[in-house]
Amino acid sequence: MSEAAVDKPKVNYYNAKSGIMSWLTTTDHKRLGIMYLYSLGVFFAFAVFMAFLLRLELFTPEIDVLTFGGAQAGDLYNRILTLHGIVMVFLFIVPGLPAVFGNFCLPIMIGAEDVFFPRINLLSWYCYVLGGLFAIFSIALGGPDTGWTFYVPYSTTTGHNVYVPVLAAFIVGWSSILTGLNFVTTVHRLRNKNMSWFKMPLFVWSLYATGWVQIIATPVIGILLLLVMMEKVFGIPVFDPRIGGDPVLFEHIFWIYSHPAVYIMILPAMGVVSEIIATFSRKTIFGYHFIAYSSIAIAAIGSLVWAHHMFTSGMANEARVIFSFLTFFVAVPSAVKVFNWIATMYKGSIRLSPPMVYTMMFILIFSIGGFTGLHLGALSVDIHLHDTAFVVAHFHYVMFGSAGIIFFAAMHYWFPKMSGKLYNEVVAHIAGVLFFIGFNATYFPLFIAGYLGMPRRYASYLPEYEFYHKFSTIGSWVMIFSMLLMFGNLIYAARKGKKSSDNPWGGATLEWHTSSPPPTLNFDKLPDDIPGSYDYPLEVVK
Amino acid sequence: MSTAVVNANSAHDSHDAEHHMPYDPMGIKIGMWLFLFTELLLFGGLFIIFAVYSHMYPREFHQGSSHLSVPMATFNTFLLITSSMTIAQSITALRTGNKKLCLSLLTFTIACAAGFLVVKSFEWGAKFHHDLYPGTEVYFALQPGESAFFSLYYLMTGLHALHVIIGGILIAVVMRAVSKGTVNQEKYAFLENAGLYWHLVDLIWIYLFPLFYLVG
Amino acid sequence: MSGAHAEEEHISSYGFYVKIWLALLFLTFMTVSVSYVDMKKFTLFTAMLVATVKAGLVVLFFMHIRFDKPIFGVMLMVTLIEYLIFIVLTFSDYAYR
Repeated sequence: MSEAAVDKPKVNYYNAKSGIMSWLTTTDHKRLGIMYLYSLGVFFAFAVFMAFLLRLELFTPEIDVLTFGGAQAGDLYNRILTLHGIVMVFLFIVPGLPAVFGNFCLPIMIGAEDVFFPRINLLSWYCYVLGGLFAIFSIALGGPDTGWTFYVPYSTTTGHNVYVPVLAAFIVGWSSILTGLNFVTTVHRLRNKNMSWFKMPLFVWSLYATGWVQIIATPVIGILLLLVMMEKVFGIPVFDPRIGGDPVLFEHIFWIYSHPAVYIMILPAMGVVSEIIATFSRKTIFGYHFIAYSSIAIAAIGSLVWAHHMFTSGMANEARVIFSFLTFFVAVPSAVKVFNWIATMYKGSIRLSPPMVYTMMFILIFSIGGFTGLHLGALSVDIHLHDTAFVVAHFHYVMFGSAGIIFFAAMHYWFPKMSGKLYNEVVAHIAGVLFFIGFNATYFPLFIAGYLGMPRRYASYLPEYEFYHKFSTIGSWVMIFSMLLMFGNLIYAARKGKKSSDNPWGGATLEWHTSSPPPTLNFDKLPDDIPGSYDYPLEVVK
Repeated sequence: MSTAVVNANSAHDSHDAEHHMPYDPMGIKIGMWLFLFTELLLFGGLFIIFAVYSHMYPREFHQGSSHLSVPMATFNTFLLITSSMTIAQSITALRTGNKKLCLSLLTFTIACAAGFLVVKSFEWGAKFHHDLYPGTEVYFALQPGESAFFSLYYLMTGLHALHVIIGGILIAVVMRAVSKGTVNQEKYAFLENAGLYWHLVDLIWIYLFPLFYLVG
Repeated sequence: MSGAHAEEEHISSYGFYVKIWLALLFLTFMTVSVSYVDMKKFTLFTAMLVATVKAGLVVLFFMHIRFDKPIFGVMLMVTLIEYLIFIVLTFSDYAYR
């Protein structure tokens, strides 16, 4: 270590140790964040490729692309669709922001040396990777064809292999629980003594709320997946109508987890948005307390609305009305956040660096996603729109267009901190704008097609939808190109980029008060007086 | 079973050597409680299913319940409550410096856990003897609803028994640590967490017992 | 560590645990004997009530919630309330089918 200090000016978490084992056995939250980033990247690329195939198949009304291997018509499409869903949901978007940026930033942001249980943090990564490998391995066994929801009775009766991906989701669930548990404990016990609850950065608040959702909701799907395996492997039926079981109950329990999971995806993204908007507007965040509380409110109300996924499943009318009513309430805290962000930007000294541009795109896309969510939450409208491409477009707007683009924004925001390098901002801007165009071109036509009656999860369709699908497929190519450009830019910068200063954006949260990249224990010396997370000096830095 | 790994670790995790964070039993306990919440909701999912089915098939559940042995289950309740007391007392013993008493109380607790499993295996054995388990002709000949009762019976008491086994192993690990002195009067969080886990096992049984055996 | 000392916890006596144990045994005895009396609709209610009292004793005294910092109790209540809501909302469907 002392030798490294001689030839290099500074020892940081990245160069403090070397060799593959130093990574595989690390308990440093920053290194684990990087490891998550790489493994997430691999799974994401895989799932994007699956999506590329799906869109290619939908280019023409007939089934003509996914026909190799002597598969039955549409069968291959179903399996690819399922894998795309499982990998994107369980391996990219649910763990995404907390695992990568939460791990990297949370301890630094609260002035701690690490998370509270560093070794459990490592275990969590192994759970994640093991689950991911199971999911990929299931392809070798032919791949499941149930959709990522594993609805019974189909999942327990289909001839295709289901238990391997179910096991994968179960294991990844544990990774998610352990991360949440770790973050909640860390926030309770390791905050710097000068950092009170309401001095915490809003990203930390959102991770805290997310942690609770992960702890409370994830075990519910854990047990459900276990039940599917029990039925499949040991023949102990629970939802089988022959023994008086009720498949709708499966859907209830599935969505008790999976609806809150939507908030596991979006809450950390909202936290990142609060950080980025404040930093690049150089203004104290507007309505700090409201944003903090609205994270908790979203987490709380978000777990009361699950059955709006089941309006056409045969529930009692009373339940449908109650859940439709509750669904509208979730819109309130979400809107509180959006208004506060806009108010923060108002009269701010806005700098349009790539993370900020991405975030502004997020606000637009999230608003569209949110409003169409209200259409689907309204009981009568949902009866028409249920299981159409409209739903597909809606959740891609919320998950990919919102949580996903914020993942990219976070990558661009914290890249200088993680790597100590600067990337080419012009290329990042071009990639961002292309992504925005490609994204909307891909998914907006699906709103229309869905409204006109195009069902989801079909490999072939009637000729009248051809225009929308062609448009969408071409959009997907633009989007994939933009992502290649974006990642290429960052990978190039990580190797050859210019050296970054400690605080290239002029951020006020604690991670910008340490060196880039940070030392192993995060701070050489913690600032004596912890500054407010959004106290920007009046003169412009740099 | 990953729960075992999780539990052993969350209870055991002291901080990494290269970090200089102080020993913080309260933080470790918060982590443990959060883990217990996940366990509660893991069983919680099954309890929801039980509640719904017993609402749909009250008569069939009653019928199913009458096949179960109340004396055996009552004895098991007695064992769990008693062991729950002894493990709580073992913490008092350790913290007042009576290591020997602590170890004997823990041994007693494990004996109760073993006793519970023996009784349980007799109980299941009797059912298996009559071919009363999922997949058999006897099982499928039952009324719809009654068979659901038995599915849930095996799944819920089975998962609970698994937790008894995990708890027993965990206590054995703690005992070793106590006798080696790595868990001691000052650093007792691991024992405390094992205790919490064992109480949780008791807690779930407190609900399983009336629901399966008595309400019928 | 002065900070850790300030959070030093209450130690319950052996005798105290024995008292809780006796209370739990009594409640078990009660719930078993009552189960032989047919009370129609109240059977489930009384059984659950007794179980909840027992669970309360275990949580408060064996699991030390009574003597710990309030944060543990608050966290537990949050979880339990959330779970109760899950049940109630699930029954908003099943109760009306």
